[in-house]
Amino acid sequence: MVSAGIRPRDELARACQLELGERGGIAVDQRCRTSDPHIYAIGECASYLGRCYGLVAPGYQMARVAAAALTSASEELGTFDMNTKLKLLGVDVASFGDAHALKPGARVLSFTDAVAGTYRKVVISSDRQRLLGGILVGDASGYAQMLALVKSQGLLAPHPEQLILPPAPGGKPAGLGIAALPAAATICSCLNVTKGTICEAITAQKLGTVGAIKSCTKAGTGCGSCMPLLGELLTGELKRAGVAVVNHLCEHFPHSRQELYHLVRVQHVKTFQELIARHGAGAGCEICKPAVASILASAWNDHVLEPKHLPLQDTNDRFLANIQRDGTYSVVPRVPAGEITPDQLIVLGQVAKKFGLYTKITGGQRVDLFGARLEELPSIWAELIAAGFESGHAYGKALRTVKSCVGSTWCRYGVQDSVSFAVRVENRYKGLRSPHKLKSAVSGCARECAEAQGKDFGIIATEKGYNLYLCGNGGMKPQHAQLFATDLDEQTLLRYLDRFLMFYVRTADRLQRTASWFNNLEGGIEYLRAVLIEDSLGICAELEAEMAAHVESYRCEWKAALEDPSKLRQFRTFVNTDERDPGLVYIRQRAQHRPASWEEKNPDAASGA
Amino acid sequence: MTAARWTPVCALQDVVPGTGVCALVDGRQVAVVRVGEGNEVYAIDNFDPFGKAFVLSRGIVGDRQGVPKIASPLYKQSFDLRNGQCLDDAAVRVRAYEVRVRGGRIEVGPEKGAAPA
Repeated sequence: MVSAGIRPRDELARACQLELGERGGIAVDQRCRTSDPHIYAIGECASYLGRCYGLVAPGYQMARVAAAALTSASEELGTFDMNTKLKLLGVDVASFGDAHALKPGARVLSFTDAVAGTYRKVVISSDRQRLLGGILVGDASGYAQMLALVKSQGLLAPHPEQLILPPAPGGKPAGLGIAALPAAATICSCLNVTKGTICEAITAQKLGTVGAIKSCTKAGTGCGSCMPLLGELLTGELKRAGVAVVNHLCEHFPHSRQELYHLVRVQHVKTFQELIARHGAGAGCEICKPAVASILASAWNDHVLEPKHLPLQDTNDRFLANIQRDGTYSVVPRVPAGEITPDQLIVLGQVAKKFGLYTKITGGQRVDLFGARLEELPSIWAELIAAGFESGHAYGKALRTVKSCVGSTWCRYGVQDSVSFAVRVENRYKGLRSPHKLKSAVSGCARECAEAQGKDFGIIATEKGYNLYLCGNGGMKPQHAQLFATDLDEQTLLRYLDRFLMFYVRTADRLQRTASWFNNLEGGIEYLRAVLIEDSLGICAELEAEMAAHVESYRCEWKAALEDPSKLRQFRTFVNTDERDPGLVYIRQRAQHRPASWEEKNPDAASGA
Repeated sequence: MTAARWTPVCALQDVVPGTGVCALVDGRQVAVVRVGEGNEVYAIDNFDPFGKAFVLSRGIVGDRQGVPKIASPLYKQSFDLRNGQCLDDAAVRVRAYEVRVRGGRIEVGPEKGAAPA
């Protein structure tokens, strides 16, 4: 991939007969003045010393210099900070410091992963002690810390190659620790804010959130790539100050999710109001309300649209559907294990046609119906339920799908009936609300067509039974699941799963998938085996009883909602009229339709913007 | 202020405490939000300027440091219910409207001035 520079928009300057740079752009001096001393130019259109700069940091510096000139202060352009991290044609790219190893004695270490599509290169000093620069392509996640390391001239750990190598399986990325950086290290390159400034602000002004650090120091308000570092600095500083925060859910609860779950269970707390009155403060927010709603649902399994729970729900749970970019919703009926009858397929088609819904097959062997208006959701579900469908919980942090391959009933390679077992697993855990969504799969043989090793819990058939894999993940940060136990019969496997799921529900942080929960478990898979198989904590009976209560209390949320007119009252676009939302506009595409973008709906506003 | 400038939109009890609804008032989509169990009601534009969709009434109601607010269901930016100010971006504000409860019914009035009520 080659990408070479930017083209300055200097038409206006040409028309005004201002001097231009050799390669275009409006020529400016060290105070950002053009050839007409009353006109200044800054940013990508300005050419300084014959060159245009397409990056944000030089832009900020020019703005500062021009502002100084306007207020009669004197400041001049220096050398520009050319370190940058950006998305180029959809690929994360970063370049910093002596990226091309031009300094005498500079050495290069590089690592190419053609499978993951990443390239990482660092330039280090000949004594391997200092980081001089580098280039990251495909994954620029280490940029902020490496840049800080370059700027601070800090000593490198003994194996600098760890900076660019992927972490060992189950291990943590090595080599980078923000605590090791000196105070002079620049954390926010856009606004030029150092670690020292940020740490002082945290201590002196008692800052407790990344947002507060941003408003106070301006760090993180440019490109935002240093935000994770701000979070780490905050955690570190608060820990050092002995402030026991960090894992508090939000300003309303001085407790972690795990603590709140415990309090809810032990004190039999049944509502948010009761919990916040006893253990929190204020009115709650979009962080704690859904988190507590999820805890209450995991523990007691009330209907999420009960008036006392309704205000806690994110829009998806509140309307039992998935909100889309135009404010309409999508509907995903449960299709256990992806097994669906021709009649059910026909009903899905009929419903989609009747309500004008865009249809798409999901990654979880289900059908997603898009573009439903609020007031249509109950009618859509009335038809789906009449055809035997149930809620698929695609809208919830809950069990989604248990995917399966066709298994031994049809496949000549299958060794177990993976579809039947997947149906059983899905029906057992459907409706279980958890800290984050849960995905599962059952493969009928070692060929693994259901991709079970990429799931929160995956099951792979063997000649003798099933192997159980835990804590895998697809999505943003793929991770292979860990082999937990082998050659299990169905009953034993379900018992382990009951324990595993309830242990996760009990101990994970808010919105923490099983994979990152596992990565933070001291002791890894051995520990998990000790707890869930050998019952080292003596909690297995409790976990099983909790799951039994959940299975017992399962009801289809949509069926229950349709039987209770008071729950359906909120399914309308306008409270005072039955008019349709005139803001919804659609465009034909490949024999279906998609929402018009805001620019398509407002061509005038878009061209003027 | 004349009575004609107030538009009744629904009964107070049509709005579940701690949630919002959307009303169409003179062609404008207005988010009518009820805070707590009583008569505390606010009205701001239903249009989310970040997500560019009419959805704010479907956000989660709460407070930030005591300021009553609603968070957009799309990208979670919070808006001060009293004046429409975005709490996560000082440069963004949506319209806020006068609102009152008369005889158990919620009425939406004219747009509020720039200053908080």
